[in-house]
Amino acid sequence: MGLALLVVIWLITFFSTYFFAAKTWYLPTGMSAATAGIDHQFAVTFLLMGIVFVLAQGALGLFVWRYRDQGAATRVQYSHGNTKLEVLWTTLTAIMFIGLNLMGSPIWAAERFAPAQAGAVPVEVTGMQFAWYFRYAGVDGKFGRTDPKLQDASAGNESAIGLDTTDPAAKDDVVTGTMYLPVNREVDLTLRAEDVIHSFFVPSMRFKQDAVPGLAIHMHFTPTQTGDYEIACAELCGLGHYKMHGMLHVVSQEDFDKWLAAREAEKQ
Amino acid sequence: MATTAALHAHAPQGFIRKYIFSLDHKVIGLQYYFLALVAVFVGMALSLLMRIHMIWPTAVLPLIGEIKPETYLSLLTMHGTIMVFFVLTTAPQGGFGNYFLPIQIGAPDMAFPVLNMLSFWTTFVGFVVLIAAFFVSGGAPLHGWTGYTPLSALPSAGPGEQLGADLWITSIAIFCIASLMGALNFITTTLDLRAKGMSMMRMPLTCWAWFITAILGLLAFGVLLSAGILLLLDRNLGTSFYVPLVVVNGQIMAHKGGSPLLWQHLFWFFGHPEVYIAILPGMGVASQILSTFSRKPIFGYKAMVYAIMAIGLLGFMVWGHHMFMSGMSPYSAFAFSVMTMAIGVPSAIKTFNWLGTLYKGRIRFQTPMLFAIGFVSMFVSGGLSGPFLAQPVLDIPLHDTAFVVAHFHLIMGVAAIFGIFAATYYWFPKMFGRMMNETLGKVHFFATLIGTYCIFMPMHYLGLAAQPRRYSQFTEVAYLHRLIPLNEFITYVAIITVAAQFIFLFNLFWSMKKGAKASDNPWEATTLEWSTATPPPHDNFGGHTPVVNHGPYEYNVPGAPRDYIMQTDPVTAEAH
Repeated sequence: MGLALLVVIWLITFFSTYFFAAKTWYLPTGMSAATAGIDHQFAVTFLLMGIVFVLAQGALGLFVWRYRDQGAATRVQYSHGNTKLEVLWTTLTAIMFIGLNLMGSPIWAAERFAPAQAGAVPVEVTGMQFAWYFRYAGVDGKFGRTDPKLQDASAGNESAIGLDTTDPAAKDDVVTGTMYLPVNREVDLTLRAEDVIHSFFVPSMRFKQDAVPGLAIHMHFTPTQTGDYEIACAELCGLGHYKMHGMLHVVSQEDFDKWLAAREAEKQ
Repeated sequence: MATTAALHAHAPQGFIRKYIFSLDHKVIGLQYYFLALVAVFVGMALSLLMRIHMIWPTAVLPLIGEIKPETYLSLLTMHGTIMVFFVLTTAPQGGFGNYFLPIQIGAPDMAFPVLNMLSFWTTFVGFVVLIAAFFVSGGAPLHGWTGYTPLSALPSAGPGEQLGADLWITSIAIFCIASLMGALNFITTTLDLRAKGMSMMRMPLTCWAWFITAILGLLAFGVLLSAGILLLLDRNLGTSFYVPLVVVNGQIMAHKGGSPLLWQHLFWFFGHPEVYIAILPGMGVASQILSTFSRKPIFGYKAMVYAIMAIGLLGFMVWGHHMFMSGMSPYSAFAFSVMTMAIGVPSAIKTFNWLGTLYKGRIRFQTPMLFAIGFVSMFVSGGLSGPFLAQPVLDIPLHDTAFVVAHFHLIMGVAAIFGIFAATYYWFPKMFGRMMNETLGKVHFFATLIGTYCIFMPMHYLGLAAQPRRYSQFTEVAYLHRLIPLNEFITYVAIITVAAQFIFLFNLFWSMKKGAKASDNPWEATTLEWSTATPPPHDNFGGHTPVVNHGPYEYNVPGAPRDYIMQTDPVTAEAH
């Protein structure tokens, strides 16, 4: 029985670790400036936790086999513990856990403490059951007024978020169901939600943030590769949660300008 | 206590007072246990339906028909709520705690037997109200067991959010009231009813775990109760605690100025301690069993007690780690993260002490021990994904993905269930006077160990590959397509593992009738429940009060005549 346990525990340990380490199923390739920091922090955490995992499961398997009852001849060590050992492993785990935490803090601070840099593209993201809308401020660089009374989700785009066209600042606002961003330029996001909480999750951008009704949450990230990336909703928002899906197209600055101009022209 | 003594002078004879509205903590413990047993099979069935829907979304099932996406979310909500409240809180604390805390400390009953009966029947009513949500118009709510507002506050936000959601909140409120009564009883009993010689530091670690769990319950359930009442007010009386101005389906709702994050703070202020309410009793049971079946004293008893206390204390300071992506201040995320990493330290201490207990022991492999060893393995596996999720920066890719589902299922689901199984196999002889079948027990153990690992370990990989949790299908988001085969694998294993649980169910009921007769102390254990008759008499110790002379885990004491010294054994020269 001790041997069976050892084999099962060790096999579980091996296969669990193998599929992590082999990256058979792994983080999608990151295409944003934040990727390097986040992925590095993940790798370090994985390495440390992986070592502890293998050692602890390895010892568990080994001990249950090695110290199985082999009759009266088995000597048992009568011991109530060892204070030195307790102090040692308490200190070591405290240093490891708190150290890991401190190591990750600067990345978190860069992501969330500092506002977007000057020159970032302002985009307002609005989540509603079950779609994402993206608003661009137009040439005046200002978002115009919105009014809940004007909302008409069935009409889509500008009407969906209730844009008040009587406001001069709203005249050149563009609202779309697909997100376009220029590459290598930071985006200054304002996240909103109309009805319930949604979460704006772009795995390839290493970006996630809840959009909360009643709050305008400011966030930023910088795409570093052109391409098409999927946006998923990561907060349970109702029966269509699994299909609340959007696309992010990261394009060159020229293509971005062209696209925005075309959308402006369409609106007029 | 005079009241307790008076109530226990004579055992009640009528069926109703003996088995239904009983004041005997042992009967109440069994009532809690069987309630949890019904609940766990319901909860498990729901999870199986979810897994089936995930990979065969259009399958038409007998009796149930086709599961729609919103039905999937109802199943998910009810699965979580049933499992967390009516299984993981009910069985380890209400069930085993009720049955064995008084006996292990040498008391004739709980301090407040009437309150004890009331708390069980209140829990029962809570369960009935919850199940009723399935049968009302609109069905059960779809807002998840966390019930995030405004989704849970707005009847028009989705199917099931009408009467079903009101029943859901009411059920939880009822459960909170029951748990508050239970917590008071556990705390008072532990402090006031210990037998002569049973100092706090001689209590078995199970008693410590039940005691600290009760304190957590007392502090946490009151908050959830208040939060639930406010939510009912928002839903039914037009208040706006949790709902700002929102537009649902083109309709402007009659709410203004509320805060969705307030619900999350209140919910997780309860919710995180709840994790420890579910797992601490399992830790206690694992400690008790590892020591008994290793024939060795528990390694670092004092460190274990302090670790339970530290986990209890820190457990109240970490709730914000559920909210790193919620829009809460990123500065507070830093503080919550440090506290969360700190709670890993006492958890690690416990693990090392369990390994230290096994080291140089003489290990017996009866089924309770197998599940205790499985508990340690699960606790390590589930625990080590904690430091990933405790870091806000890693929550950016991992929060609300299957990685989180894997983490909490291993640590508070499977580990806690292993604790319940270990406790069942361990105490069954004392409760029913017969032994459970060892062969069936071992088959059940290996099937469950391998099965649950094959279900939950791959969920980490799905989470890494950015599969969001609570998705009923993986067809709409293109990058999820390649994860479907792994999801299929999980569903197949889940079907097998669920089937294996019927081995347990059969063993449980078969052994009650046909199991080999158990002696008073079949495991050669040391604590007080093994010094009394099997099953224990109405007043637990047959008219006398035990006197405690030894610590709880005295195995292989040098010079002792046999390899264990019971807590009630007389003091001799070699014992200390």
